[in-house]
Amino acid sequence: MTQIPIWAQLINLLAAVLLLLAFAMLAQRRVLTLINLFAAQGFALASSTAIVAFATHQPHLYWSVGLTLVLKVMLLPWLLHRLILKLDVKWDVEGLINIPTTMLLGIVLVVFAFNLALPISQLANTVTRATLGIAMASVMLAFLMMITRRKAIPQVIGFLAMENGLFFAATSATYGMPMVVELGIALDVLVAMLILGVFFFQIREQFDSLDLQHLEKLKE
Amino acid sequence: MSAAGFLSQLLQLAIALTLAPILVGWVNQCRAWLSNRSAPPLLQPYRMIRKLFHKDAVVAEHASWLFRMTPYIVFAAMALAAAIVPSLATDLPFARAADAIALVGLFALARVFGALAAMDIGTAFGSMGARREMFVGFLAEPALLMVLFTASLISGSTSLPTIVDTLAHREFAIYPSLAFAGVAFTMVSLAENARIPIDNPATHLELTMIHEAMLLEYSARHLALIEWASALKLFNYSCIGLALFLPFGIAEGSADWLAILGATPVLIVKLAVGGFALALIETLSAKLRIFRAPEFLGTAFLLAVLAMLVNLMLGS
Repeated sequence: MTQIPIWAQLINLLAAVLLLLAFAMLAQRRVLTLINLFAAQGFALASSTAIVAFATHQPHLYWSVGLTLVLKVMLLPWLLHRLILKLDVKWDVEGLINIPTTMLLGIVLVVFAFNLALPISQLANTVTRATLGIAMASVMLAFLMMITRRKAIPQVIGFLAMENGLFFAATSATYGMPMVVELGIALDVLVAMLILGVFFFQIREQFDSLDLQHLEKLKE
Repeated sequence: MSAAGFLSQLLQLAIALTLAPILVGWVNQCRAWLSNRSAPPLLQPYRMIRKLFHKDAVVAEHASWLFRMTPYIVFAAMALAAAIVPSLATDLPFARAADAIALVGLFALARVFGALAAMDIGTAFGSMGARREMFVGFLAEPALLMVLFTASLISGSTSLPTIVDTLAHREFAIYPSLAFAGVAFTMVSLAENARIPIDNPATHLELTMIHEAMLLEYSARHLALIEWASALKLFNYSCIGLALFLPFGIAEGSADWLAILGATPVLIVKLAVGGFALALIETLSAKLRIFRAPEFLGTAFLLAVLAMLVNLMLGS
């Protein structure tokens, strides 16, 4: 067995942690813990980006590490915490289907994502190309989380987690995107978060609840 | 079959049989210390077994041969498992009799007979305990198999000595899959050994007990054998865990006597640390409702499957 370098092993480890956190978010009932898990995922992402930056000598990646740390580990969780306090919604999050079933669905998605990524990652020539499957799996798990949740805030966290997965795919499989793209995505997420925050208040004004199923009904 | 292999096999079996009750005593001691109680002596399980062997057995009127045979079958299955799991050396002539999958089958055999004997008497508690035991077992078994498959994938064999040899010999590398499998295995062994998140080994409260409920009708030598067998089961699970996830210090290949004797204190230290960790987990966690058990063991299964998938994907 050929031994891959230690930094690539560390990235593999962080990829596995990322996947584990994606599952933990999928199974989490409480909204506060969900936000903390999201922050932890951001931290794992920042660490893996830092390792890629250090190992491949790409100084511009340090900017994206800083951006991830400030934005996803501090600013967005802080904003979400504040939103929860303001909206007074420290309730338990309930999923649409029960948790073991969601987990099994998640495993099926992971297998699907791994199969999908296998031919793609063979085209790449980076050492850490194998993590592409894990990145795709975390995108899909976040997507599943958005589908199975009924309340607005977990859905937004699912959206943000999906972005985490995409970002991980970009850094680990291709050693990072151009700076402009990274900045653009980061600002997009921030703006989306701010707009969705306003949306939360509007939805609650209209329906007295953040349950998005109310949006499905037509007004007579 | 070499003479040294034969002797190491005998030595390992003897150590398993003698150390198993002491391990249970050690865990009980740690639990008592951690909850600020005065601890029972280390050899308390031995005294219990000796006392039980000196008593006269009382068997229920309607008990069939199944009820009387079960303690011997369960004890024999656990002793056989102790001979297969490499705890001291990997040069075990007996281990060729069964691989990892057959080992899981051996545990299942003991469980099935235990459950049948509990139902044989026809008391309400016995059959309730048997049903719950089978319920927990059916959820824990797939997760255990997945953990063993992950280790098999890394070493390319389902035979336990080969797995342990490969894992102990490899050069240093980070295995995320083994970390996942380790957590999953810990959860499974807690459930399989009737430990706290799933069952409480110290309880005799009717509505919460699982394993103890099956043993209510046993007395004297039958009870002694079953208690000894469950101590052996805990010992076996600890040894599987140590062999898969911390295989360092085990006597590898066709080792000589010195290596085997040197492996014994290492094993004892590892077991002592493992026992303390078990007591710590038990003290820190609360018992789950029985209907939360699927969630707990489902998570274990999920982790084990993830370990296998991550291993396939990353090759590590």
